[in-house]
Amino acid sequence: MGVIARVSGPVVIAEGLTGAKMFDVVRVGDLGLVGEIIRLVGDTATVQVYEDTTGVRPGDPVETTGQALSVELGPGLLQSIYDGVQRPLEVLQKNLGDFITRGFVAPPLNETKKWEFTPVAKVGASVTPGTILGTVQETPLILHKIMVPPGVSGTLDELKAGTFTIRENIGSIRTSTGKQPLTLTHKWVVRVPRPVQQKLAPGIPLITGQRVIDTFFPVAKGGTACIPGPFGSGKTVTQQQLAKWADSDIVVYVGCGERGNEMTEVLATFPNLQDPKSKRPLMERTILIANTSNMPVAAREASVYTGITIAEYYRDMGYDVALMADSTSRWAEAMREISGRLEEMPGEEGYPAYLGRRVAEFYERAGRVVTISPENRSGSITVVGAVSPPGGDFSEPVSQNTLRVTRVFWALDASLASRRHFPSINWLQSYSLYVNDLEAWYKANLAADFVQLRQKALETLQKESELQEIVQLVGVDALPEREKGILDIARMLREDYLQQSAYDDVDTYTSIGKQYRMLRAILTFGEREQDAILKGALVGDIQKLPVRQKLSRMKWIAEAGLTSEFDVIDSEMTSSLAALAGGA
Amino acid sequence: MAQTKAAARPPTPAVPVEYRTIDRISGPLLFVREVANAAYGEIVEIALPDGTRRQGQVLDSRKGLAIVQVFGPTMGMNVTTTSVKFLGEVAQLPVSDAMLGRVFNGLGEPRDGGPRIVSDQRLEIVGNAMNPYSREEPSEFIQTGLSNIDVMNTLVRGQKLPIFSGAGLPHNQLAAQIVRQAKLRNSSESFAVVFAAMGITSEEANFFLKEFESTGALERTVVFLNLSSDPSMERVITPRMALTTAEFLAYERDMHILVVMTDMTNYCEALREIASAREEVPGRRGYPGYLYTDLATLYERAGKIHGRKGSITQLPILTMPADDITHPIPDLTGYITEGQIVASRDLQRRGVYPPIDVLTSLSRLMNQGIGKGRTREDHRGVADQLYASYATGKDQRALSAIVGEDSLSAVDRIYLKIAERFENEFVNQRPDEDRSIDDSLAIAWDILSELPESELKRLKPEFIAKYKTKPAA
Repeated sequence: MGVIARVSGPVVIAEGLTGAKMFDVVRVGDLGLVGEIIRLVGDTATVQVYEDTTGVRPGDPVETTGQALSVELGPGLLQSIYDGVQRPLEVLQKNLGDFITRGFVAPPLNETKKWEFTPVAKVGASVTPGTILGTVQETPLILHKIMVPPGVSGTLDELKAGTFTIRENIGSIRTSTGKQPLTLTHKWVVRVPRPVQQKLAPGIPLITGQRVIDTFFPVAKGGTACIPGPFGSGKTVTQQQLAKWADSDIVVYVGCGERGNEMTEVLATFPNLQDPKSKRPLMERTILIANTSNMPVAAREASVYTGITIAEYYRDMGYDVALMADSTSRWAEAMREISGRLEEMPGEEGYPAYLGRRVAEFYERAGRVVTISPENRSGSITVVGAVSPPGGDFSEPVSQNTLRVTRVFWALDASLASRRHFPSINWLQSYSLYVNDLEAWYKANLAADFVQLRQKALETLQKESELQEIVQLVGVDALPEREKGILDIARMLREDYLQQSAYDDVDTYTSIGKQYRMLRAILTFGEREQDAILKGALVGDIQKLPVRQKLSRMKWIAEAGLTSEFDVIDSEMTSSLAALAGGA
Repeated sequence: MAQTKAAARPPTPAVPVEYRTIDRISGPLLFVREVANAAYGEIVEIALPDGTRRQGQVLDSRKGLAIVQVFGPTMGMNVTTTSVKFLGEVAQLPVSDAMLGRVFNGLGEPRDGGPRIVSDQRLEIVGNAMNPYSREEPSEFIQTGLSNIDVMNTLVRGQKLPIFSGAGLPHNQLAAQIVRQAKLRNSSESFAVVFAAMGITSEEANFFLKEFESTGALERTVVFLNLSSDPSMERVITPRMALTTAEFLAYERDMHILVVMTDMTNYCEALREIASAREEVPGRRGYPGYLYTDLATLYERAGKIHGRKGSITQLPILTMPADDITHPIPDLTGYITEGQIVASRDLQRRGVYPPIDVLTSLSRLMNQGIGKGRTREDHRGVADQLYASYATGKDQRALSAIVGEDSLSAVDRIYLKIAERFENEFVNQRPDEDRSIDDSLAIAWDILSELPESELKRLKPEFIAKYKTKPAA
């Protein structure tokens, strides 16, 4: 037991903490506020406190728990809403009311709920870390696999079947050092990545239903992506769209310094949204971590680690997990704030010198991996991090450090947002380094010419931006018809393909198959248009063709009647353009 | 066990202890030595040699030293005879219904000559964070009577929507008009107003007071005034006083509160002053690294709570230094608030009132507040189409300045016309003009009807058939 020597905002210095270790969790003051040791000099510890320290005095007690900040992993994680240090917000509300008061500790998982446990492993078998002992149907969507915790191996002595709470014993393992009792849960320290056997190369796309992402700048399962953008450019909507529609098994959504009302929107909409495949509520595969901007800054710093540790746990079961962090800038700023209070020598723009290392370490926890398991299960974590660069300036340290380690860059553009081009992902600045890795998948699962079509579309858009510069000088009438045709197709690509409304029931999600048909329709129209122009047709007349309206309404075609509707468009396109070319 | 340990440390004094051990006075900070155990955030009373008393707050507390921030000037204080009394409590505000209709200074003391507020209920002014789980999604459309806000950047109950303005722009007039006209559709129920002024001139303050008075709203208004001539350190407290009052009225008295806070730029400058006096490592432009966190603790106090009737809607006003939206104050504000209303000098020069630049403005909660059953089914599409068309029109305007209007295509000339009509007919309205949402949408459709149907890509065909005005014969 130590005593407080100094209090300055979220940073507290405590003396007399003999035997304390770095990153141990401590309880501060009479209220027992939760904190973490971040510096040790002799028996004097510097503590970052996860709760507001108003009213805390020098002389108040500080007690170490001897354990590092960890999360509890087991059935009941799904559908939960946690703060940055895995306190369930629902339980906090029941106990504390509508405002979060301090010093309250709540068990992260429901301790009284009974789970039906079905054993899989055989008693007497030798088990190693990652061996599946049995399963629990956590939600109708997800089968929770109870695994031997990392670092434990031996012979399975006993394994019970039946219903258990997470606190009840389900069996034991005889290890070299003795008998290890088993429950449905175990703990893991958040700042330490869960070990894996091997990292695999990415090769499967994460299908998100967002055309600009899936077609142009795809992210692979196990990949990393970065969305930087100024405020109001649609970061949060893009993140939420990914959380809703991405075809991962599990979604972990970390609202790090988010707006309270936006978090509420997530809480209000997710339970009502259906998973496109299973038609079950999306919440059944989702874990939310909500540390809003007015909640304590140190817990904000911890929230991304809490999130990724939970993601790793489901990855180890063999699931594909997508983690959205919105926004990592708030996480970096929390680091900066704590670093400033510690009076550390600042690096760039006041951020601590270890910013780059921390960012890289975090993204390195993503990946498609072979988990430590007897049957070499594979699983993946895809990490999508939003960055909020001050003033939209991508040259600032958080954006730069993130770009160095992520392989997909979705550049949000305020000028697109201000003309309501959503998602406002700039097609000239963005990139994805996964396209080559995914080419084989597209060929095998979608269409042989998909990659070429994608390339053609990007070239058209690139050509448009060059032509626009000429138009700025001489006006559009000065261009030859052929180039007017290119501008015409580029405009169709922008307005009828890239623009996608998150709020429209149909347009909000486009299957990859429909994306291919839409893209092919527009580009085929472009080819026929060029043919017609060669034969003397005018772009002005082509724009008046009735089939154009059909093309611009493709996004509203329901997935069900897809093939026949597109076939109609294709044939009408061919015939009307041929007629125009013939008539000229 | 815990008890014996508690007894071992110096007891918290029941009677406040007075110290005459000021070591150093630097800017707004006092460094007091030999203080045993001041609480972080504890309120102190400072007695000057001439008998005046001022308040302060502990910013940093360690064994034998407390750093106290003084609310008010440090003029007249010395290190020998000035005494500091630690009151053993954090800043609190007595709250009661009697606050309505009153004017207070930035520290919550009466400024209108009336009596002090006496109440059993004293609330800590540093509010606790609202549990996101308890929040109710704001979804009730507030009709402000301004087309540009109602149609394009809809305000809803429980939202925080700041006005980003610049020196010389009519943000005060705009804010006053919103306060005057804001109401729920089909309801005459009006908002009660909590007004927090930080470092504004007495002229501006009088404008607002007169506005509240002329509409008879003063008895439903609580005013906290910190003028330019008042101590800048009070400004750090003023918005928290106002928001604590608002929370009391909203959540315990079931009232719908509109909180107007002006000017947030002065608030941030006061924070910077303290940070530099403490010799903290500065962040961008000398503002402290925790500016975001600090602003969030103010703005996030807007909202609605499940099961409680009242609501808090915030309308903070800030002036962007040199109209720079990337300046840390508007930048960090924009990352916390649910959108922003941006005033434009360009529109002001063209004589458009209210000069709100729709392209940079945004309301993030708009979608929850509009559509069928709330405003009208076509609202989203109309807003998107107007946005896109106005943006195109503005591009054409820039282009025509270079190549001349004649070299534009026929469609582009329509867009040019739309941009003109949008600014002059839709955005522009009189400071006393209160348009209903249906009136505003009608103007919007009238302007959009200039375009051929093939250009109306944001609108669903059924809405075009239903609402498009036929071109005049």
